[in-house]
Amino acid sequence: MASQEQLSAIKRAKVLMVGAGGIGCELLKTLALSGFQDIHIDIEHCSSVEAIVELVIDMDTIEVSNLNRQFLFRQSHVGQSKAKVARDAVLRFRPNISITPYHANVKESSFNVDFFKEFDVVLNGLDNLDARRHVNRLCLAADIPLVESGTTGFLGQVTVHLKGKTECYECQPKPVPKTYPVCTITSTPSKFVHCIVWAKDLLFAKLFGDKNQENDLNVRSSDTANSSEHSEDVFECRKDEDIERYGRRIYDHVFGHNIEVALSNEETWKNRNKPRPIYSKDVLPEEQTKENGNEEKGCAADDVSAMVSLSLKNPQDIWSLVENSRVFLEALSLFFLKREKDIGNLTFDKDDQLAVEFVTAAANIRASSFGIPLHSLFEAKGIAGNIVHAVATTNAIIAGLIVIEAIKVLQKDNNNYRMTYCLEHPSRKLLLMPVEPYEPNRSCYVCSETPLLLEVNTQRSKLWDFVEKIIKAKLGMNFPLIMQGASILYEVGEDLEEDMVAIYAANLEKALSELPSPVTSGSVLTVEDLQQEFSCSINIKHREEFDEEKEPDGMLLSGWVEAPVDKDNNKPIGNDESTSNDLPSVETLEGEKDDEIQETSEVVETFAGKKRKLSEVSEVTAPDPSGPSSINQNKPKKLDIDDEDDELIISDDWESLTKKKKL
Amino acid sequence: MDGEELTEQETALYDRQIRVWGADAQRRLSKSHILVCGMKGTVAEFCKNIVLAGVGSVTLVDDRIVTDESLSANFLILPHENQYNGKTLAEVCCDSLKEFNPMVHVAVETGDISTFGVEFFEKFDAVIISCCSLGKKKLINQKCRKLSKRVAFYTVECRGSCGEMFVDLQDYKYSKKKLEETIECQIEYPSFEEAISVPWRALPRRVSKLYFAMRVIEQFEDVEGRNPGETTTADLLGVVKLRKELCETNSLDESQIPDALLERLLTDTREFPPVCAIIGGILGQEVIKAISGKGDPLKNFFFFDAMDGKGLIEDISGPSTRS
Repeated sequence: MASQEQLSAIKRAKVLMVGAGGIGCELLKTLALSGFQDIHIDIEHCSSVEAIVELVIDMDTIEVSNLNRQFLFRQSHVGQSKAKVARDAVLRFRPNISITPYHANVKESSFNVDFFKEFDVVLNGLDNLDARRHVNRLCLAADIPLVESGTTGFLGQVTVHLKGKTECYECQPKPVPKTYPVCTITSTPSKFVHCIVWAKDLLFAKLFGDKNQENDLNVRSSDTANSSEHSEDVFECRKDEDIERYGRRIYDHVFGHNIEVALSNEETWKNRNKPRPIYSKDVLPEEQTKENGNEEKGCAADDVSAMVSLSLKNPQDIWSLVENSRVFLEALSLFFLKREKDIGNLTFDKDDQLAVEFVTAAANIRASSFGIPLHSLFEAKGIAGNIVHAVATTNAIIAGLIVIEAIKVLQKDNNNYRMTYCLEHPSRKLLLMPVEPYEPNRSCYVCSETPLLLEVNTQRSKLWDFVEKIIKAKLGMNFPLIMQGASILYEVGEDLEEDMVAIYAANLEKALSELPSPVTSGSVLTVEDLQQEFSCSINIKHREEFDEEKEPDGMLLSGWVEAPVDKDNNKPIGNDESTSNDLPSVETLEGEKDDEIQETSEVVETFAGKKRKLSEVSEVTAPDPSGPSSINQNKPKKLDIDDEDDELIISDDWESLTKKKKL
Repeated sequence: MDGEELTEQETALYDRQIRVWGADAQRRLSKSHILVCGMKGTVAEFCKNIVLAGVGSVTLVDDRIVTDESLSANFLILPHENQYNGKTLAEVCCDSLKEFNPMVHVAVETGDISTFGVEFFEKFDAVIISCCSLGKKKLINQKCRKLSKRVAFYTVECRGSCGEMFVDLQDYKYSKKKLEETIECQIEYPSFEEAISVPWRALPRRVSKLYFAMRVIEQFEDVEGRNPGETTTADLLGVVKLRKELCETNSLDESQIPDALLERLLTDTREFPPVCAIIGGILGQEVIKAISGKGDPLKNFFFFDAMDGKGLIEDISGPSTRS
């Protein structure tokens, strides 16, 4: 029960919540309930009670799959703004709270440092790394405490970040989802996820997506300039070509011909199992008659489904090669017959049933060819759609923990902040494991402003590469300003003059060494994002060669702490709704969901890594109990129930912790 | 739901959780029947969790009339005058819970269930009780144990920044996948009465102080004829005296049950919403595990204290049932 002190701290508080999804709903509810206790049934009396003031930002709308845990929403709300519906739902049981919903992206420029400064604490319930980093930087710039959190399945964590006192959100490396070398996808897949990426980003994109987009589909699977011209025609449906013929032609090309071509390169297969080519005539000898009729009347374009057409009822079934082939051909037919207008501008959407069916079938046929186990539509959809598994209970637990930390923050209870981990399997009897926060990482380029190092071929790499792959993708800056000394190489903004815009556009196309202010080995670039009020410097070092497989970007950034991307790791705690991680699910799925060729900015947390605990720091530097900035207390304040042996956590345990979760 | 397969509606709604525990587990959940007694904040949280999870039915028992206090930590109670008019807590919560998942049957049962016959409990797969006296807890636990069918039994109690949960799955067998193979597991649970009768000196060292403190308060309330949570700071003297007696009998050093902890438990008797969310969440997970037969259930007490932030499991069982 909140004490009087706690209550008054809560009542005066202005809280910003970012995210009204899985964690958000639970958090908003618990926050509202914690706001005041003296509510009376008499409405008049109610209105005299002060309430906490909250703001909620969320850009999403409600989907059916949210309803298993985002309990503030109902079936009837599907399609509406999460922030707004959440607010309405909470007002029903706490009518006097002030909640302002923003159906908006937190990265919008209106949510600037001044906006953040209005709040006493910021609580994140986000589902992607990009937004979290953005909020982290704004909280640092505004010097406002941030409580971060994330959940995946039964795992979750809550962390507290105070500028100068604890690590910022970016002090610890955040693993980036795996990206695969192009040749693994196009030529040498060894895991089902590789087949999914091929089916989704190559085949699906080639057939149904923007024709003007570059596509690696025939890269390295055909060997001469001759066939590359020819291949342009292969994927186009010829005039008057029967759809089924076309489907079989595509099938034979990608699963038959392309494999044969790949096989002809002996070198590739020296140490690998050879794939086998698959031709439609061998799998489906007769022409398919349209028994189940996709001629059903009243079948809206959106509802079109190959599974329905073929009477394949259960998405959990693993189809045979024959069934997958049927689905492949049927789905392709249905796209061309019923969704013609979509062809040419489709991107894969996990909620597009037909797209999921097609990708599942295509991935499975490829998998079959390469001797990789097949998967059900349900599993394939999860991988292709980066679906994060999620339940209500974990979110509820995490929300409770967030509010406890938020109250400490409001009371400025500096010695008692905790990072808390919610485990699936207990460690030393603990299911909820509190850990003292760590001091800021002195090499964190975000909060400690340490320079980074970029190795790059300054004569080959263009400014565009630098901006897209480093500044935006890795450093998470959205509106960068890049300078060398006093020269501005590039910037974005609404009030730029036309001639400047033209200069910057031209600069993007130039190699670094050819910029008006040439960037060469030894150059120091300053990069800023004005909205995040964040800047860092990057030292440039020229390097001639880069490993195509390990360094596909042709650039290497160091000092930017990147967690190792292991193949089979099972450590992370994810974020609600975001990229799932490699946790083994109860069904012992391969666990490898996700993956695009291009990096996405969605991630998962990890708690591996060596860090200095605050208590360790206090042993090294003589603690000054009266020091205002020190949080070097080893023991929390007078907790009579604190056992002598209750060390919070020592880093040795991380290994055993993470090992446990590998099961 | 009838039939072997999940319906399309279920598959769509439960997609994200099916990815956690699988379709089989979801099917089992949809056939389960849960009895819940004592509709305070923590139990409201729990009910929300299992209704969202898609159990077959939830039966609520709480004949107390809605009061100001009921609203404090229970988001199922909406503060409008027309909600009341003598409606009971169970009735009001039932209305709210139904909204969360139309596929779950939510109903109210009236009366004192500790007087109901054993056959009443046979209808259920799990029974959760809160706001109950010591005597009632033991009684209901015993009824569950008398049945040939296994009825899982849970108690939960939150006071201020502390929470306690107890689990009795009797003789529980389940299978799980470890690496590549499926292994069979078996756990034997003591009843509540058996558990709390285990002499304190026989327990492992460093059992949570909260366990002992809760037992002292529980005894105190029992002896004094109080309803659970009906204590104040004024009772500290009496409680400390009782602690002394119990510690002597059990050869436990009194420092294991600090005054400050007892005082907190005596004075902060109202539920603290974040703790309700946490305990309600853990309880939800446990019931889901037990019903679905998937995942290692905890044995047999869970404690949380917001002061130190630890959520820990204690195995309070005699030598025969200790894991």
